Amino acid sequence: MSGPRPGPGSGPARPALDLSLLPDGGVRWLDASGPHSDIVISTRMRLARNVSGYAFTGRARDGERLRMLAQVRDALTEVPSLQGSLLLTLESMPAVERQLLHERHLVSKELAGLDPQQPVRSGAAVILGESVGLLVNEEDHLRLQALRSGFCVPEAFEAVQRLDAELGGQVPYAFHREFGFLTACPTNAGTGLRASVLIHLPGLVLTKEIGKVLAGLQQMGLTYRGLYGEGSEVVGNFFQLSNQTTLGRSEEELQDLLVRVVRHVIEREEEARRVLVRDAGYIIEDKLWRAYGTLRYARSLTFDEAMNFLSGVRLAVGLKLVTGLSVYTLNKLLIFAQSAHLSYLEGRALTDTETNLARAKYVRQVLTSEGGGVE
Amino acid sequence: MLCDNCQERDAVVHVTRVVENAVTQLHLCEKCAAAKGVETTLSVPQHPLGEILQAVQQQAASTGEDALSCRFCGATARDFRATGRLGCPHCYDAMEHSLRELLRRLHGSSRHVGKRYDPPAAHLLEKADTVHDLRDRLRRAVDAEQFELAAELRDRIRVLE
Ligand SMILES: [Zn+2]
Ligand SMILES: [Zn+2]
Repeated sequence: MSGPRPGPGSGPARPALDLSLLPDGGVRWLDASGPHSDIVISTRMRLARNVSGYAFTGRARDGERLRMLAQVRDALTEVPSLQGSLLLTLESMPAVERQLLHERHLVSKELAGLDPQQPVRSGAAVILGESVGLLVNEEDHLRLQALRSGFCVPEAFEAVQRLDAELGGQVPYAFHREFGFLTACPTNAGTGLRASVLIHLPGLVLTKEIGKVLAGLQQMGLTYRGLYGEGSEVVGNFFQLSNQTTLGRSEEELQDLLVRVVRHVIEREEEARRVLVRDAGYIIEDKLWRAYGTLRYARSLTFDEAMNFLSGVRLAVGLKLVTGLSVYTLNKLLIFAQSAHLSYLEGRALTDTETNLARAKYVRQVLTSEGGGVE
Repeated sequence: MLCDNCQERDAVVHVTRVVENAVTQLHLCEKCAAAKGVETTLSVPQHPLGEILQAVQQQAASTGEDALSCRFCGATARDFRATGRLGCPHCYDAMEHSLRELLRRLHGSSRHVGKRYDPPAAHLLEKADTVHDLRDRLRRAVDAEQFELAAELRDRIRVLE
């Protein structure tokens, strides 16, 4: 690929986005190649930055947001981390494609403009590089991010920090001697760093220890959310853990905190799994096989059902009760069995009933072709 | 408005669907929306600052800082309280006192100890000092009936033109 390319124009309801343009579909972080990827799905490092001289996105007028985007776009040629990147202008994309990018964790719900009451704001864009990405005109002008497979904090941080240094040398950030990097919401000021992991904790949920663990996290200065960030519910035992505060500690201290606490949570989860197998082996085994059987043979699946059964099968694979199924496949199902992906696959908008039928069909096909299962 | 599905709870999620060229609107409560698998993309995020913001803003109101507005973007402390978002980087100076207190409560500290940053030299001149940006700011000031600020911006545009 050579240089940033514009997003596709607004077209018919049929999706027009060529997903092959995304390096690895933008989901290389799903490949389960990283450390501890049986429990930690991914690590994300995000830096919130604003460009000085402009009102923040929420208060800016359309023209200001467009000029801000143009300024960032002009700077891209000088930013090595984003050479060969893909620039998608979200306002010119149909809703299903914007939702699809959101389902892949590449853009936030806010940037994707998925609230039907509000149109996508002008200047909303995402720039996707090989290993880093940049959201433009989200709540903050710029959200720099790096996503990695597994529990991989230092590498993800290094990548986002490099992008930050390169971009900050071209575009003037809003910085304050006392308050650090200035952000639209004071909860992000200071370092602007949100370091997080997406972690799967079925053992702690089944042993009912999860409440204690989550309360402990919050005491340590970490917070948790569901699969899709702020405001989303915890479904399928997937939790997003991240630092609660961004000011008053250095980037390194915030990283260390996350690493220390997550390492502890991983150990607790491993211990809970050992206890489950030891004390309730047959109950767990039955539960997991039922989850697997449902995924393999059901004709209709809601999103929550699919997530919960996938959680069960993921645990079964982790405990080596189910063999022949890769964690990568299960990670992919988490993303590709969502509604925009299914409607993209079918090439048309689907009703709720059709979505649930399509989801069951897709999951069945993937599991059958992997041929995992019966020992 | 009641939920289309259960007719019991208030609808909070509104989904527009295009099915065979017909557009339908579906209004759902949080529970039914979750059951249909749309909660992760459409649920309403909670105000991240919550009670802390209210406490600090009440304090600001009592000290008279509530009336302050930012000279750059026109945002007021009242706007901040309503949205939980500041208007621009200059708002941090305009509302410095109450923000320092808010930051302390949110983060346990109001002093950045992380990475320092120097903007690139070529960009030291603020981009906003172009006629385009000044016009945007002028319109915003007029919309907000901040006529003193509007007059100042109009003068600056005249000088540049
Ligand atoms: Zn309902
Ligand atoms: Zn301001």
